Amino acid sequence: MKRARGDRVFWLLAFFSSLSVIVMFTLLFYELLSNSVPIWKDGMSFITGMVWDPLKGLFGAFPFIYGTLLTATFAILLSTFLGVGIAIFLSEIAPSSLRVIISSIIELIAAIPSVIIGLWGIFVLAPFVRDNLQPLLQHLSFIPLFSGKTLSGLSMLTAILVLTFMVTPIVAAIAREALLMVPEDLKEALYSLGATRYEVVRHVCIPYARQGIFGGVILGYGRALGETMAVTMVIGNTPSISASILNPGYTMAAVIANEFTEATGDVYLSALIGIALLLLLISLAVNLVGRMIVWKWQQEG
Amino acid sequence: MAARRLKDNALTIYSILSLVVIAIPLLHIIATTLINGAQSLTPEFFTSLPKPPGEEGGGVANAIQGTAILVALTMLISVPAALLTAIYLSEFPESRLRDLIRLLNDTFMGTPSIVAGVFAYTLLVTKFGFSALAGAFALSVLAVPMMVKTMEEALKLVPTDIREAGLSLGIRHWRVVTSIVLRTAMPAIASGVLLTVARISGETAPLLFTAFGNPNFATGILEPVSALPLMIYVYAISPYPDWHRKAWGASLVLMIAVLTINLITKYKLRRR
Repeated sequence: MKRARGDRVFWLLAFFSSLSVIVMFTLLFYELLSNSVPIWKDGMSFITGMVWDPLKGLFGAFPFIYGTLLTATFAILLSTFLGVGIAIFLSEIAPSSLRVIISSIIELIAAIPSVIIGLWGIFVLAPFVRDNLQPLLQHLSFIPLFSGKTLSGLSMLTAILVLTFMVTPIVAAIAREALLMVPEDLKEALYSLGATRYEVVRHVCIPYARQGIFGGVILGYGRALGETMAVTMVIGNTPSISASILNPGYTMAAVIANEFTEATGDVYLSALIGIALLLLLISLAVNLVGRMIVWKWQQEG
Repeated sequence: MAARRLKDNALTIYSILSLVVIAIPLLHIIATTLINGAQSLTPEFFTSLPKPPGEEGGGVANAIQGTAILVALTMLISVPAALLTAIYLSEFPESRLRDLIRLLNDTFMGTPSIVAGVFAYTLLVTKFGFSALAGAFALSVLAVPMMVKTMEEALKLVPTDIREAGLSLGIRHWRVVTSIVLRTAMPAIASGVLLTVARISGETAPLLFTAFGNPNFATGILEPVSALPLMIYVYAISPYPDWHRKAWGASLVLMIAVLTINLITKYKLRRR
């Protein structure tokens, strides 16, 4: 038995390191829950509360939940549309010499830190939205979605665009992988029957890769929900519930980033920690669904 | 036939336009950072401390030092933890516990970075104050799950034959893993570690209320430290044009570092 001592120590080290994953996970939830106790006393009214006014002691989280879901949902819709288009270009249309180059550039760009995208958002995109997009969309101001305006260009629209630029590379990369796994002989079979490229993509590639693409979309959605810096820098940080994306808004991640260090009083801090807990739960649920879809699809493929 | 050709052309146009619509802003980000950032890159920018608000000149040396400390500390915490966990997941027999750990690790990968900051705050900052250590802890919460994933995949790629060959020679299990399996998987593991370094060196949100920022050089890991992304954020939302220029300069430094690490891992370490 003495011979195996090294092996036993080795096993113990590995075992306890992996237990730390469970410990950290439990600790994360415990810390967020125990530090946000005061705000859960009124139960659901924290989540459904429409007014956030720390000076008056009013802590309603709904404006942030609304802003988070609205910006992330619009962004993922745009990203899905564009990301699938890019993936089709990279897997079916582009000449093979271009494919590797373009997809590595997209991968590289996905690595740019979000604070840099936020910096660009403040000084380039926000003025562009104010001077070009906003006047254009105001022709549609009879639709509530486009009824407001800002003097700075810092609005939910700007946040949606920034998120779209950040999430599309992720969706495109996963969708491309899914499309590349479509068996070549299936496509060839349809081509040999005289099908056009559109028909092959529509009837073979997309149905075959659907699950993988969807998993990528869900992962991108999780990323958009939790994105902090770039959004905080361009959304205007106003806790109102506006139907118009041309108005400023606020997200859960942004309010934590902005107000955490200046939160005075236990209730204020516990409200922000409560928002962190909500954000964690939403992101983890979305992420888990996405991973399960991707995982199932990989098992089948 | 005309309708079919029309649809086919529409698909081509849609896919090319998608690429153009996304490529233009992203290339614009890189170009703007290059042009605006290059103007502030003087030797002073790298070697001096920031001047008080409104005063021209100074540099970001404290932020460069801070990022170096934070990244080093994070790796010191998370590389051993992630490597041992990945070894447990790939080199020991399957069990329920392993499935649970793998599931939790995958779930952890969805943790929003700002939540990692709140976690480090409630766990460490409330007791010990703002510090580089708290910042590194927050970054580790993000780094470990990423590395466990890539490391486990790297270990799984090592052929089983090699392990069996080692064991059949009477070499102990731990020796087989450390000197045969790890050595074989080393390029892939290194690339996973490097990509994580690139990822976390650009993280801002977890540092806002952990590392907090520091206008001077830090002299210990229990003090607040600055970091390049933190400085970019603070300078970007400030009203001073000189600070805006510095934010672009710091962005350029950070971007070059992050993209270089990505390029190195892509072309040097990935075997295809």
